[in-house]
Amino acid sequence: MDLFEYQARDLFAKHGVPVLAGEVIETPEAAREVTERLGGKAVVKAQVKVGGRGKAGGVKLAADAADAVEKAGQILGMDIKGHTVHKVMLAQTADIAEEYYVSFLLDRTNRTFLAMASVEGGVEIEVVAEENPDALAKIPVDAYEGCTPEKAAEIVAAAKFPAEIADQVADVLQKLWTVFIKEDALLVEVNPLIKSGDGKIIALDGKVSLDENAEFRQPEHEALEDKAAANPLEAAAKAKNLNYVKLDGEVGIIGNGAGLVMSTLDVVAYAGEAHGGVKPANFLDIGGGASAEVMANGLEIILGDPDVKSVFVNVFGGITACDEVANGIVQALELLKSKGENVSKPLVVRLDGNNAELGRKILSDANHPLVQRVDTMDGAADKAAELAAAK
Amino acid sequence: MAIFLTKESKVIVQGMTGATGMKHTKLMLADGTNIVGGVNPRKAGTSVDFDGTSVPVFGSVAEAIEKTGADVSVVFVPPAFAKAAVVEAIDAEIGLAVVITEGIAVHDSAAFWAYAGSKGNKTRIIGPNCPGLITPGQSNAGIIPGDITKPGRIGLVSKSGTLTYQMMYELRDIGFSSAVGIGGDPVIGTTHIDALAAFEADPETDLIVMIGEIGGDAEERAADFIAKNVTKPVVGYVAGFTAPEGKTMGHAGAIVSGSSGTAQAKKEALEAAGVKVGKTPTETAGLARAILAG
Repeated sequence: MDLFEYQARDLFAKHGVPVLAGEVIETPEAAREVTERLGGKAVVKAQVKVGGRGKAGGVKLAADAADAVEKAGQILGMDIKGHTVHKVMLAQTADIAEEYYVSFLLDRTNRTFLAMASVEGGVEIEVVAEENPDALAKIPVDAYEGCTPEKAAEIVAAAKFPAEIADQVADVLQKLWTVFIKEDALLVEVNPLIKSGDGKIIALDGKVSLDENAEFRQPEHEALEDKAAANPLEAAAKAKNLNYVKLDGEVGIIGNGAGLVMSTLDVVAYAGEAHGGVKPANFLDIGGGASAEVMANGLEIILGDPDVKSVFVNVFGGITACDEVANGIVQALELLKSKGENVSKPLVVRLDGNNAELGRKILSDANHPLVQRVDTMDGAADKAAELAAAK
Repeated sequence: MAIFLTKESKVIVQGMTGATGMKHTKLMLADGTNIVGGVNPRKAGTSVDFDGTSVPVFGSVAEAIEKTGADVSVVFVPPAFAKAAVVEAIDAEIGLAVVITEGIAVHDSAAFWAYAGSKGNKTRIIGPNCPGLITPGQSNAGIIPGDITKPGRIGLVSKSGTLTYQMMYELRDIGFSSAVGIGGDPVIGTTHIDALAAFEADPETDLIVMIGEIGGDAEERAADFIAKNVTKPVVGYVAGFTAPEGKTMGHAGAIVSGSSGTAQAKKEALEAAGVKVGKTPTETAGLARAILAG
């Protein structure tokens, strides 16, 4: 989960990383009071989860409270690379002498954590990495030992920070590491980390991405979710503990197991090429259990998607037996009907694996007018695509 | 022969007495796995009956090894306690730890991976968030259904559980030497490359099927390894061509950022290494079949 800048700033402050005062507002008029609190001038910063907002005009300096109201009015509602600005942060202005870069992140390839640091901050770090790789120090950080004082000093030295601020930067690095560890982050990045005119090191802008797998021990993270931005179908699925992602096609997909469902999307997209280019409408993994209730919940979400023209249920029975899955489908359709849902979209069902014969028989016996059995994955994908194209 | 797991393997189950552990210990026993014990400090000294087979519960992995000579542990411990369980297995220097648990925080898997390294990698880790591995007809360490297929000469390595099952099913008449589900998390122990190297060295494997998915660069590095080190035919499949950028599709690792890690890039890298890559699981199985038929 990627955070907004103001949320990252809050986490930095919580763990002692030096930041400037700032407040978030959602209406231009609110800027007046906040700006006065901040000392009469402010930087007005769009809160969007995308880079390059400065270039897009999403960061402006306000000379006084009235100016802040005007600038906030200009930025709120602005579209930055497809992201609408709903919030702006007003921050204290900074007297910037130097701009640096520091981050901690997961290095998947080497299965370890990595510190990156550069004295050339304030620009896109990808550009520095590309054009001047020697200016970006990359130091592995052992996940078990962590960022010790010695490791922080090593990072500072590798990035060639000036001697007079070396201790301050090392201190910030260790606090940033605390954010990384305590918050179960996959990325903490400060860009720019500045040296102010009076020699202080301050995190001026930051990016934090959190590990959703760690939510069991991070109860406060749920409040950081941007629920307003979530697709309503995705929000409804999440409320039912379903692993669902909305896509832009016409064939609704339900399957068991993340890999098989991803593969199902691909197979439907290939099959769709022969049927006017129909595509998968969603990703939905109902997991191993696939009970009637979970199946009903899944079908309810998918049938509630106005883009869906047909549904492909693709299940490989591993430990789960296909007869249970087939019963689940039949009961789910009954359940939806009894709840008064309008079930009118055709379903193509492919069952293979454990007790597949029994499962197929249950579907045949139920003889539901909307359900068609196709017993191969490729064949079923083709049928589902054909039905979606015909609608 | 087989890789990592044979009928000689003595298997313990960490988290055996929980619901998932009980269910799968029973299934593993039914597949012929030599399960010599479970681990649960609160139930040490008791035993659990599985359809007439009595399995003792030990207080620690070290005790289980001392009393039984166990060399494989299957871990079903819930996410909050999984790191401690794996660290315990590493400290006891068990040869193989198969971590089935789904939903382990990345900081925890990174920590136990680093810890294994600091102890000289005496413990091979498979997973986390994986279905485990099976050597059909000999032993099953994890949750792969034992009745999909039979012993044979295909080796399988896959990031995805259900795609593992699907591929075993497609090629069930030919059979498998071993099938290894390595898991789709961002940090995993055993990689495609480790399994490819083991299958290359296994005289009873004639062909290798490799299943990958979007995210990371494991498939690209595997392609490079295949080009340099693998003489046996390799057939590949990659899932996630239609996955949108920046979205997590169930597997925490299956997230595409920018241009690297896409299914297309992985497919091209594998093909450049001489791997035949199928468009669908069924087509991939067909490619394997054609190669084995000569």
